[in-house]
Amino acid sequence: MKDTSPAASQQTTTRSAKRQAAVSPALFRFREASVLIAFLVLCLFFWWRNPDVFLKPANLAVIMRFIATFGMLAMGEVLVIITRGIDLSVGSMTAFTGVVTAWLILKGIGGLLPPMGIIPTILIVLTIGVLVGIWHGLFVTKLGIPPFIITLGTWLIARGLAAYITRGYPQVFPSEHPFLVLGQGTVFSIPISFLILLAVGVIIHIILNHTALGYRIYAVGGNIDAARLSGVNVDRVRIFCYATSGFLAALTGIILASRLGQGTPTVGSAYELWGIAAAVIGGTSLMGGEGTVIGAILGAAIVGVMQNGMVLLNISSYLQDVILGAVLVVAVVYDTLRRRQSGR
Amino acid sequence: MSESEVILRLEGISKAFPGVRALNNVSLELRAGEVLALVGENGAGKSTLVKILSGAYRKDSGRIFLRGQETEIENPYHAQQLGISVIYQEFNLTPNQTVAANIFIGREPLRRGLGQRLRIVDRRTMEREAQKYLDRLGARISPTALVRDLSVAEQQMVEIAKALAVNAQILIMDEPTSALGEDDVEMLFKVVRSLKEQGISVIFITHRLEEVFRIADRVVVLRDGLRVGDSPIDQITPDQIIHWMVGRELKDMFHKERAEIGAPLLEVRGLTRRGVVENVSFTLRRGEILGFAGLVGAGRTETVRMIFGADPKDAGEIYINGKRVDIRSPLDAIRAGIGLVPEDRGKQGLVLNLPVAENIGLPTLHQYIRARWFLLRSLLNKTAQAYVEKLNIRTPHLQQKVKFLSGGNQQKVVVARWLAAQPQVLIMDEPTRGIDVGAKAEVHALMSQLAQSGVGIIMISSELPEILGMSDRILVMCEGRVTAILEREEATQEIIMAYASGEEVARSVAEKPTD
Repeated sequence: MKDTSPAASQQTTTRSAKRQAAVSPALFRFREASVLIAFLVLCLFFWWRNPDVFLKPANLAVIMRFIATFGMLAMGEVLVIITRGIDLSVGSMTAFTGVVTAWLILKGIGGLLPPMGIIPTILIVLTIGVLVGIWHGLFVTKLGIPPFIITLGTWLIARGLAAYITRGYPQVFPSEHPFLVLGQGTVFSIPISFLILLAVGVIIHIILNHTALGYRIYAVGGNIDAARLSGVNVDRVRIFCYATSGFLAALTGIILASRLGQGTPTVGSAYELWGIAAAVIGGTSLMGGEGTVIGAILGAAIVGVMQNGMVLLNISSYLQDVILGAVLVVAVVYDTLRRRQSGR
Repeated sequence: MSESEVILRLEGISKAFPGVRALNNVSLELRAGEVLALVGENGAGKSTLVKILSGAYRKDSGRIFLRGQETEIENPYHAQQLGISVIYQEFNLTPNQTVAANIFIGREPLRRGLGQRLRIVDRRTMEREAQKYLDRLGARISPTALVRDLSVAEQQMVEIAKALAVNAQILIMDEPTSALGEDDVEMLFKVVRSLKEQGISVIFITHRLEEVFRIADRVVVLRDGLRVGDSPIDQITPDQIIHWMVGRELKDMFHKERAEIGAPLLEVRGLTRRGVVENVSFTLRRGEILGFAGLVGAGRTETVRMIFGADPKDAGEIYINGKRVDIRSPLDAIRAGIGLVPEDRGKQGLVLNLPVAENIGLPTLHQYIRARWFLLRSLLNKTAQAYVEKLNIRTPHLQQKVKFLSGGNQQKVVVARWLAAQPQVLIMDEPTRGIDVGAKAEVHALMSQLAQSGVGIIMISSELPEILGMSDRILVMCEGRVTAILEREEATQEIIMAYASGEEVARSVAEKPTD
């Protein structure tokens, strides 16, 4: 390098860089930290008000199953929202995939195929989820259809199909059916569904933070033109996000069917909104480019603990919705103000 | 022409922005019924002047007299009340409403309805009145048509009608012909002439000298914020205007170091996108800096974006080292060894919310992958740190979000990204726009170094001194075509500007050599 700038200034830059680097990780985690603190405060509050019930393994299992459902959907939303999209189909998709799961295991395909094994069924249903996600992604990227609209279409279609297949009646598993372990079983009194959430969460966290794909997802969300001009295949990145959201919706549908012991066309109503709410409470920005798996799971945890706690406190279920809505607004306002403040 | 009343007089108007004196002590007069052409290079201060007159900017000093009375223009609404209307290149129309609704936007005629209780828009009156204004312009547009269904020329007529409807006495048109075809230009000129007859004054901003002679009564030339020329149109020649526009001293601030010019590296043949770029061909050699000169809208950015695969092309072939390459996306271009530093670093270059390291590493992420999938942050940081030091990017640390860096350092981040990708061809679109002098010199030094290492560079610049200072050869474009490819030795600001204004102008200038 010909341009030898003063070595002294160079050194101070490097030195201050090191000092700052030590500080910045803490700052980086700040957003998740504040969500975590809010979560812990909520837990302490409900434990204080309900010392007998709240920490009982059975109650904790209820909470964890709840987090498993909404955390899973929230992770899908996080991916899609980072790329400035939205996926409204996931609630209906849980019903549709749940119905298909029960139907394949119990009946097979309309007389053509005999009832299928659990593993092949799960694989088929997960594939359906991925295909539906790719379908969304193709419409969004290749045709420029707003994600809100195309996923709203699936929101109706999936719900309608679920009801049509079952003629409105739930497909009930016999008790003790081995499939029910997935949603009802526990390992060391931790629900299996919660363990699945953690495993999937770790994988998506690694994808987002330790693979080129993850870096590209954030780049596409932050500035799609700059990403394209940097050689990022922006369409493929966005399709991946929708496909993952579809996959997670199908996984949630399977787990819900197992937990309820039936495939029901009415399950999962408005779950897409709870998923979005959990993502947003966990710090995902609807403007795109920001969001984490840890935030999504913590957001789901806050919603889960609040719902559970309010039930324990005998708060009217109507009032519960009012309180949760208020929490959502407060979280978003707080996050917006925080963002504005760090804008310097 | 007869001396009519002076309707607008500016005295010593100045306006500064951080680091730039956009207008320096500019005075001018505008008479009733006069068409005044305001010309100058990009950045000469034309738009700043317009924005002061339209109330979008406040002047730092100087005085404005309207019909002899000193006036402060407070805001765009106030300007409108004073009878000053501006028609920008980007129209201010609501496409999904009717022509009439657009003409009367914010001032819709109302009538009482529902037993005098409600005030509702009187659509019939509005449409009738709108028709009157359209007739005054001789425009055959229905007041009930939707604006989105109109052509660009028709939308422009709606804008003019809107100005008439607020009783504009001074109409400022910012490059009104840039988006029009030849027939539409003739139609527009007819309208301007009829406005003139109705006593309305027009300030007409344009790049095209030929139009100045067709429509204007007088021409005022701005350069670097100064008024450098003012003349009635019948007492001036095109080459004198060009001389005014570019006649600045070539400041000796370009570290152009001679690089060995090698074999042909990039060949472009017949590159075309209909209506935008026509049949562009050129060759770029190793170690060469090829300057792309031309006025805004000449098709330079569109040309390089097609080469880079960012926009589709209708025709044309691209060869690298003699081998034909099929480039359909930026990814293809990057694989072929081409890099692009885009025009607008905020919108097209950087992910502002991501850290310096990620921004530098974006096109080269695959280089930091180990164990098949895992991107090693340490490898990315090592590369990023190397380029931060090499380019002297001032950032507290690699995790700093790019949005907190200064413009010059942001630009260096974009350049660093492409150095890391080690391209054979680097396209730089306005590489030093909006950055300070020091950073500018650093970018220029870097370009020289790259050229010396055998990289071929295409540099688009709207600053002629930069083009002349840095280029080995200069390609000049006008209205989507290449009008000249000049050797460094034969190029002057006047010659480039003549070719940038069109071949006819260039020919007429060549016949009568200046000085």
